[in-house]
Amino acid sequence: MAKYIVKRVFYMFITLFLIATATFFLMKTLPGSPISSASKLNPQQLAVVEAKYGLDQPLPVQYGKYMLNLVQGDLGNSYQFKGADVTDLIISRLGPSFILGAQGLILGVAIGIILGMIAALKQNTIWDYGSTFIAIIGISIPSFVFATFLQYWLAIKWELLPVALWDDGWKSSIMPSIALAMGPLATAARFIRTEMIEVLSSDYITLAKSKGASSFEVAFKHAFRNALIPLVTVLGPLAAGLLTGSLVIENIFAIPGIGEQFVKAIMVSDFSVIMGTTLFFSVFLIFVILVVDILYGIIDPRIRLSGGNS
Amino acid sequence: MTQNLDKLPTESFKRITIDSSQAEKISKPSLSFWQDAWLRIRKNKAAIVSMVLLVLIIVMAFLGPVLSPHDAEKQTITHANLPPKVQGIEKLGFMDGVGVVGGKEMDLYERKKVDEYYWFGTDGLGRDMFSRLWEGTQISLFIAFVAAFIDLVVGVIYGGISGYYGGRVDDAMQRVVEILIGIPNLIVVILMILVMKPGITAIIIAITLTGWIGMSRIVRGQILKFKNQEFVLASRTLGASNNRIIAKHLIPNILGVIIINTMFTIPGAIFFEAFLSFIGLGLQPPAASLGTLINDGFRLLEFQPYILLYPSLVLSLLMVAFNLLGDGLRDAFDPKMKD
Repeated sequence: MAKYIVKRVFYMFITLFLIATATFFLMKTLPGSPISSASKLNPQQLAVVEAKYGLDQPLPVQYGKYMLNLVQGDLGNSYQFKGADVTDLIISRLGPSFILGAQGLILGVAIGIILGMIAALKQNTIWDYGSTFIAIIGISIPSFVFATFLQYWLAIKWELLPVALWDDGWKSSIMPSIALAMGPLATAARFIRTEMIEVLSSDYITLAKSKGASSFEVAFKHAFRNALIPLVTVLGPLAAGLLTGSLVIENIFAIPGIGEQFVKAIMVSDFSVIMGTTLFFSVFLIFVILVVDILYGIIDPRIRLSGGNS
Repeated sequence: MTQNLDKLPTESFKRITIDSSQAEKISKPSLSFWQDAWLRIRKNKAAIVSMVLLVLIIVMAFLGPVLSPHDAEKQTITHANLPPKVQGIEKLGFMDGVGVVGGKEMDLYERKKVDEYYWFGTDGLGRDMFSRLWEGTQISLFIAFVAAFIDLVVGVIYGGISGYYGGRVDDAMQRVVEILIGIPNLIVVILMILVMKPGITAIIIAITLTGWIGMSRIVRGQILKFKNQEFVLASRTLGASNNRIIAKHLIPNILGVIIINTMFTIPGAIFFEAFLSFIGLGLQPPAASLGTLINDGFRLLEFQPYILLYPSLVLSLLMVAFNLLGDGLRDAFDPKMKD
């Protein structure tokens, strides 16, 4: 186990190093200057501004400085917001993104589990087909399509909820959370259904039934718990999906989160914010997947983590 | 009891012999891979409906722009922002060209003195949404199919070599994969799009750059499973070359898995294209894809929801159909389901 974790963490750092390096050099090849008024400045002024941001130094020096700062947790300064610290910018935007992500994930997984349970316990009935249908819709329809329809009906037509922004407290978070929840809901429902059906046909369930346990007890006490364990494995992909979703959802609902900031930074080529956010996303996703893998080995003793390839 | 046996008439018994030449006879007709898959997928109604739907959408993507009397690129400013109006259906009370202006409902076609019909309405520049929708569908499908094909080719070759040759080759190739798989797909796609000139090629490269990894891992796993089985050993003993073993024994056995995986790559690619275009990193105007059309529609959501409606509908139908077909194929190719 310890050997496995060490190996995984080692790969994690190689991956992060590669991402940081690739991002840095890709940003340098980008067309367009991060200095928005570059064309208006005379060469001397431009030189002063470039010197201020360290853009006048040779590339390897810039790269070395960047990596050195990175190790110390310093992501550099934003070009867009008058030299604001990128780390601070990201932290200041964390709140709304985190709330939406957490609400979407919890809501989606909870409803997904219920739907999946119903489908498995009432296999091949109208309940099963209904929840399978919802799951297919949830997997297929992109969250931004779903979000725009929610916005049109709930906010514009019926005026039940605020159209956008983050000013109405939890009311503002309802629609974006629902839009984000659709993916996790569908994944959880499909997963739990398959797992439950498999578990319900195993020997220990037959034993529990033959000993006279009620079908409710069998379903929830014996089957459900074991069906739930593998759900941990999809948390990694779900987190990635939520991140992708947040980029569009935050834009649709004009929520001051990281996703919205990232897309804006791309539009104005604010290199340091793009690099910082990319690294933040990468660390987040890689870390989630690592934790999920380790967690899975701990929860389910049948899984023996080894150094081998799966 | 034993004595009674003697009383039984001998003619009521007949001696039979097992004809050993018949023992190997195959009672069921032998089916090819495709016949077998077709027999089973035929029973899956959802998959069949999806298949019909997909064929319809693909046909319309090519036929649509031809059917429409209007050109997709032509801007007629005087015909801007018209709601949908269809001959015949207009009398039923919808798609009749009635829109809301300043809080009042009125026939916008009459107001703007337009005699022509725009089946799905027009956008802010007076372009025909019907033609634009199907041309956008064409581009979205093109991107998805090309991306899926590249993923398939690269993934199968990489996974195949890694799995079949094993040893040091496999070790080296898998180390590369282990590092690449750690990089979130989203990050790679966005970075690549930023660096390249936005367009169809950029989107395809961005999607395929890490897209093949999933396929290569699956193919490698399957090759590892099959390459040490008896039938491969038998073939090798009989002197078959590597190429023959790969082409005649391994590939046919993993074909099902490859097809299923591709069926799920296609909707993934459609999604990423739409996603990129929606956040403004995809196709640049005047080119249209489902993603850019949805993006345009989103900006006008409050006033002309129909601009958003049709592209979203086609995109959603495409995604649902590919996913259902993928599910159906997975069941059909699953050897455990064979009856």
